[in-house]
Amino acid sequence: MEHIVIIGNGISGVTAARHIRKLSDHKITIISGETEYFFSRTALMYIYMGHMKFEHTQPYENWFWKKNKIALKKGFVTKVDHQENQLVFTDGETLAYDKLVIAVGSKPNKFGWPGQDLDGVMGMYHKQDLENLEKHAPDNKACKRAVIVGGGLIGIELAEMLNSRNIPVTFLVREKSFWNAVLPPGESGMINRHILNHHIDLRLGVNLKEIIADDHGKVKSVVVQETGEVIDCNVVGLTPGVSPNVDFLKDSGIELGRGVKVNRYLETNIPNIYAIGDCAEQHEAIGNRRPIEAVWYTGRMMGETVAQTICGNRIAYKPGHWFNSAKFLDIEYQTYGWVFGRPKEYEEQFHWIHKDDTKCITVSYHKETKEFLGINTFGIRMRHEVFDAWLTQKRDVDYVMQHLAEANFDPEFYAVHEPEILLAYKKSQPQNA
Amino acid sequence: MSNKLNHSMSLANPNANGISTKQKVALALGFLGLFILGLALFNTNFPNQGVFLTLSLVLIAGGVILFANDAYLTKLEGIKNDKVWFNSISSRGVLGWLTGVGLTAFYIVLYFKAELLGLSGNGEANTGLISLFDPLSNLLSGRPASQWFVYGTLYTVAIIAFGYKFILKYRHNRYQQIRTVSVMFFQLGFAFLIPEFMARLNTSPDYNLPYYDLKSVWPLNYYLFDNWSIDGLLSSQNLGIGLLIFGVASIFIITPILTYKFGKRWYCSWVCGCGGLAETAGDSFRQLSSKKLSAWKLERWLIHTVLVFSVVMTIAMIYTYLGSDPNKYWLTRNTFLISISVFLTVVFSLVMIFKRKELGKDAKYGAIGYFVVIASLIAMHYSGTSSEIFLIKSSSLRSAYGLYIGSIFSGVIGTGFYPILGSRAWCRFGCPMAAILGFQQRLFSKFRITTNGGQCISCGNCSTYCEMGIDVRAYAQKGENIVRSSCVGCGICSAVCPRGVLKLENDSLNGRINPTEVLLGNDVDLMNYVNKK
Repeated sequence: MEHIVIIGNGISGVTAARHIRKLSDHKITIISGETEYFFSRTALMYIYMGHMKFEHTQPYENWFWKKNKIALKKGFVTKVDHQENQLVFTDGETLAYDKLVIAVGSKPNKFGWPGQDLDGVMGMYHKQDLENLEKHAPDNKACKRAVIVGGGLIGIELAEMLNSRNIPVTFLVREKSFWNAVLPPGESGMINRHILNHHIDLRLGVNLKEIIADDHGKVKSVVVQETGEVIDCNVVGLTPGVSPNVDFLKDSGIELGRGVKVNRYLETNIPNIYAIGDCAEQHEAIGNRRPIEAVWYTGRMMGETVAQTICGNRIAYKPGHWFNSAKFLDIEYQTYGWVFGRPKEYEEQFHWIHKDDTKCITVSYHKETKEFLGINTFGIRMRHEVFDAWLTQKRDVDYVMQHLAEANFDPEFYAVHEPEILLAYKKSQPQNA
Repeated sequence: MSNKLNHSMSLANPNANGISTKQKVALALGFLGLFILGLALFNTNFPNQGVFLTLSLVLIAGGVILFANDAYLTKLEGIKNDKVWFNSISSRGVLGWLTGVGLTAFYIVLYFKAELLGLSGNGEANTGLISLFDPLSNLLSGRPASQWFVYGTLYTVAIIAFGYKFILKYRHNRYQQIRTVSVMFFQLGFAFLIPEFMARLNTSPDYNLPYYDLKSVWPLNYYLFDNWSIDGLLSSQNLGIGLLIFGVASIFIITPILTYKFGKRWYCSWVCGCGGLAETAGDSFRQLSSKKLSAWKLERWLIHTVLVFSVVMTIAMIYTYLGSDPNKYWLTRNTFLISISVFLTVVFSLVMIFKRKELGKDAKYGAIGYFVVIASLIAMHYSGTSSEIFLIKSSSLRSAYGLYIGSIFSGVIGTGFYPILGSRAWCRFGCPMAAILGFQQRLFSKFRITTNGGQCISCGNCSTYCEMGIDVRAYAQKGENIVRSSCVGCGICSAVCPRGVLKLENDSLNGRINPTEVLLGNDVDLMNYVNKK
């Protein structure tokens, strides 16, 4: 019986632990300094908004871990000593392992802005960030305005959170249109308008210059780079993406890039050490994926994969077709396959938008072969299973558009949009009568 | 964990985030309406009762409507659960507890001390609250009001006013809107108006109809087979006999067919009155149901015990009603007991032969239930006399059921404890009708909640807002469809899901239950390993 130690109790680490338990009798220990029990990080926003309490974000009841003989240890690891096969904690305590899985996730990016460590400046990633926000922005009396810097998924979630407590929000986005590195212009534009409809002060194409403190070292205002405008605020949310949380591994001998370097088997350069989830960096990217994938689903898949390897069935991480989802205020977003914000040279895109300006889709296909490459859908739910099959079967775009209704996953009685979409698609195609 | 987020126990400012001026006005109007009812309760003699009753009901409904307009129409369409766990009323705060105590007290008085509401016993005029409702009752049925009429009226007003609120809350979701219109319609028409008109028929000597809510099916309508009910129906011409036949057909034909096609939701969240109240007035409390595994275990024992109790009680009632002389009724006691045994045996055997796999470990409990009922039938046969079975009066069995299950469980606990246990405590732990429909739903139905491949992010909104306490997330995060006997198909899990993972649908029986971790988006070879046991 080996002792498998997992650093990090997020979705990656916990999935690995569960699957190792299913496959073996190994002794398993999960370490976290953040919380005692696993919770869904993606649900933190709902606690602040009052939709859920913290306990609701925990997918397993507290007895689950003992019952499945998964030991939980609270603490921060400061050092991995791979020669002695042991971990050292902040308090000097040590823990021996036979195999180690690093699943420490990410930390919010900070780009060296003046004032970025002031009281009232925060990211939105850890449970501690949520507690910090609760302290600085309990309501719109304590926080007269908040400024969010960085237009990604966490930024818009933070805007939604603050909006739920009627705290005025100014949203500084570097790009000319929201998340347009990922979303094609039609979609990005629709989200811009939706953000404004929620009375969020969206500023596009601007950067943060500095954050100014009051006499107590607390945030007083921010200065906008381009205009020099000073915006008074009590809270600054820094949400320009995340990066692997691997500083503690710097001199450990484990090979690092931006994250922990791993091969396709999620193995590091040290034989009995693995890395999964947000903190793992592939030597070479897989297909169109990025070398570091900070996504819930990929963390889960890596956890399942590494569990097989650790339990004697060494297999490579081979993710299937790309998919993802998010929610922008009231608009749900799903994506299957690849649709690029700036289309690749081989890529053609068809875009349809509903007249109510809250629903749209973008279908991507190959210019020459007409092969269906992917779809982004906003405000219309679609079936993962169907698109996964179509992508595997390499269906052509005409087939997909004709059969789009089969992929619809909206609740019963919802208005049907497929005929209108098909009509628009046909109009968009060159007539070859 | 930190309790910093929990503001709800603050007495000084229970709603940490405040409410708008319009909402305050709306609340004032609503409470003014309730105040009129309160005055009537303390025997204030209103000069023109009809006017004051109308005023009171209009103020109550109008208050709810104004409140809803301001709460939802001022915002964009979308999920409106902000501050649910901060508001005192919806998070077991002071207002929640007070409401619970008030409702519970009301139910106790209603069921056991109706004279406190002003019910007169012996042909005298009503006083107090009940007398306030006399004009409306006279208008509808030509009779003075009873405590049940008062209750029925308030119940209907609650479903309609809060139904309106619910429709606005989900104005982006047509499933929710249509479903809510349906429960409002069935409450107003079937539960409230039609029985009153049937009572009007009874002024003719040819009719002696019992109170009969057509949509209330046995065993929820446990009094259908009471002596007075059967006597009443049998002595009410063809209409009475038709109603009795309809009642029996509802149990054995209509219900199974509809449940097969649509799941038990066609009843529990589209038609049923208990469900109707839970979905409308009870909507603010849905998140309070316990999602613990222990609660699920309790639920399964409790609800099936109530089912067995109701079956045995009903059989006993019919048994004592029937005679032994084949010349009087074609159905004699022995024929009755034998046919029930044969029916149950056939159902039990078919399930064991064809659905053994789906049942899994539950087969044992099913068998226990079956043998308890059969043993009771045998005991009835040997111990039954004209009024006694198991050596106790069958009417005592019936009274015990009516008291403990019909009144205390379904009313006092089921509704009175809304702000504590959530809105579906009765439906989940007690309703024998839900148990039967759930059994059908689990084994013979096209209904399921489909999980959308690998899209779940385990956030927990679905589980939190499941009024039946189903841990929806536990299935969704494994990519597994949700096929649970308790699911009433309200569709809220699907509505609150931020990633479009859940869809209620009726589809083929194949692959409906898929207890493998089929997580799409994963490596296909890996999935083979993961699913290898």
